[in-house]
Amino acid sequence: MDKQYEVIMAGFGGQGVMSMGQLLAYAGMLEGLQVTWMPSYGPEQRGGTANCTVILSPRTIGSPVVERPAAVVAMNLPSLDKFEDRVREEGLLVVNATLAGRSVRRTDVRALSIPATAIAEEIGNDRVANMVALGALLEITRLVRPDSVVESLTKALPPHRHNLIPLNQDALRRGMELARHGARRPAC
Amino acid sequence: MEELVLMKGNEAVGEAAIRAGCRFFFGYPITPQNEIPEYMSHRLPQVSGVFVQAESEVAAINMVYGAAAAGVRVMTSSSSPGISLKQEGISYLAGSELPALIVNIMRGGPGLGTIQPAQSDYFQAVKGGGHGDYRLLVYAPSTVQEMVDLTGLALDRADHYRNPALILGDGLLGQMMEPVNLPPLSHPEDLPVKPWATDGRRGGPKRVINSLYLQAEACEEHNRRLQAKYREMEAGEQRWEAAWADDAEVLVVAYGTVARICRTALEGLRDRRLAVGLFRPIALWPFPGPALAGLLQRGRIRAVLVAEMSAGQMVEDVRSVVCGRVPVAFYGRTGGVVPSPEEIGQHVTAVYEGGAINAGCL
Repeated sequence: MDKQYEVIMAGFGGQGVMSMGQLLAYAGMLEGLQVTWMPSYGPEQRGGTANCTVILSPRTIGSPVVERPAAVVAMNLPSLDKFEDRVREEGLLVVNATLAGRSVRRTDVRALSIPATAIAEEIGNDRVANMVALGALLEITRLVRPDSVVESLTKALPPHRHNLIPLNQDALRRGMELARHGARRPAC
Repeated sequence: MEELVLMKGNEAVGEAAIRAGCRFFFGYPITPQNEIPEYMSHRLPQVSGVFVQAESEVAAINMVYGAAAAGVRVMTSSSSPGISLKQEGISYLAGSELPALIVNIMRGGPGLGTIQPAQSDYFQAVKGGGHGDYRLLVYAPSTVQEMVDLTGLALDRADHYRNPALILGDGLLGQMMEPVNLPPLSHPEDLPVKPWATDGRRGGPKRVINSLYLQAEACEEHNRRLQAKYREMEAGEQRWEAAWADDAEVLVVAYGTVARICRTALEGLRDRRLAVGLFRPIALWPFPGPALAGLLQRGRIRAVLVAEMSAGQMVEDVRSVVCGRVPVAFYGRTGGVVPSPEEIGQHVTAVYEGGAINAGCL
């Protein structure tokens, strides 16, 4: 990584957007990067979206507040509506197609629409939709190695939850595969 | 190498206090600092410490008074409205010369305001929110690592001067996570003995701690002693950081969260070859005025811009240091709105280009 990269992750409460961001930040830290994870904690959480901003950088991080992030992961429609315009030109927009209900309007960003929730249900638990999305993000951006995310899971999850790691690994892998092969810009 | 841990600012303050030998926490919940009592409630029992969720903020600060008088390292934390409630007790701590750590994770005000980040308690923190002529040591971290470092420092300096110290953070710093390097765990029994503590006279002379001096002359003498101590703090405890100040024509002054937003804004402007620099007070009291004056005396700086998440509080201290030598502009957001680097950049550029010197708030 030679310059700072910012991601805003957004979704309904319960979709694991906060923990997806924390895992990315943790993995970045394990790889020796500077990292900042900033949650929204205000009243907007009661409505459509919870979101967090993750910054990874080879250098000291200044502002934790990012107006125009390099990437947005939108796990539902309100998140897509809220953050689509904020992605930097030439940036990346990862959308959970299962819950977004519409395609991406921007034509100046790279859009990756993946059925994260459907895939998560298929492998056994819709709560790992966040890991499918994270896998897709990592496949495109190579921000951190998937191994580092798994290591972060091992450290972040209490031991009695370690039985969930294979499912999360599976979800991560599926997201990466989708980004590599299947997903393309859907027709508008 | 020490292992880095990813922590929220609020949790980092709690762990740092424990590492610095603090074993007593008294508080009352309020957003956005609830992770501090939450963390302490499970962590303190692990180190044989005491956590009490008091019945109110007033009760909590008076429990702090009691523990501090007994000579132990003690802390409380709250957010703006809760800190207002604690002001009487803070004045008593200062009057009784008791060391304690108070953490204010600021939110927008006045009144109940909002739970979002703000810096509008600067006046309260540095000018004395309670009654009487007193001062707190006030530290303003801008990263989670600094939340750790300044918590340890605040507890140490508080003991050194027998004076309460305040960490002035905001909701954003409290909620965000960054990697931190934690200091080793210190044990209370290894800390310097406090011969003044009311922990039992053991046959020695009676020890009394209070802030009551009914005779005016005696109370004035007490005030003289306090003021002499504050002058000592002013001489020894100023802390600041400057970036790109050597060639700066416009100097931005900001603390805490806003300072790091300014840093990003200024990096962008310097890439465009604008000679702009940053001055960041780390101690808000004692205010690092001499260092700021020193930069101005070099003669390159032609304007100063103060940025805050308030309607303009620290700017008054900056203006008193600048003393009319160059124009001082102000940019502030209030009510829990956090400025973006872009908007700070626009205001710095406007000042740089000679306009907007009298730019007000909002």
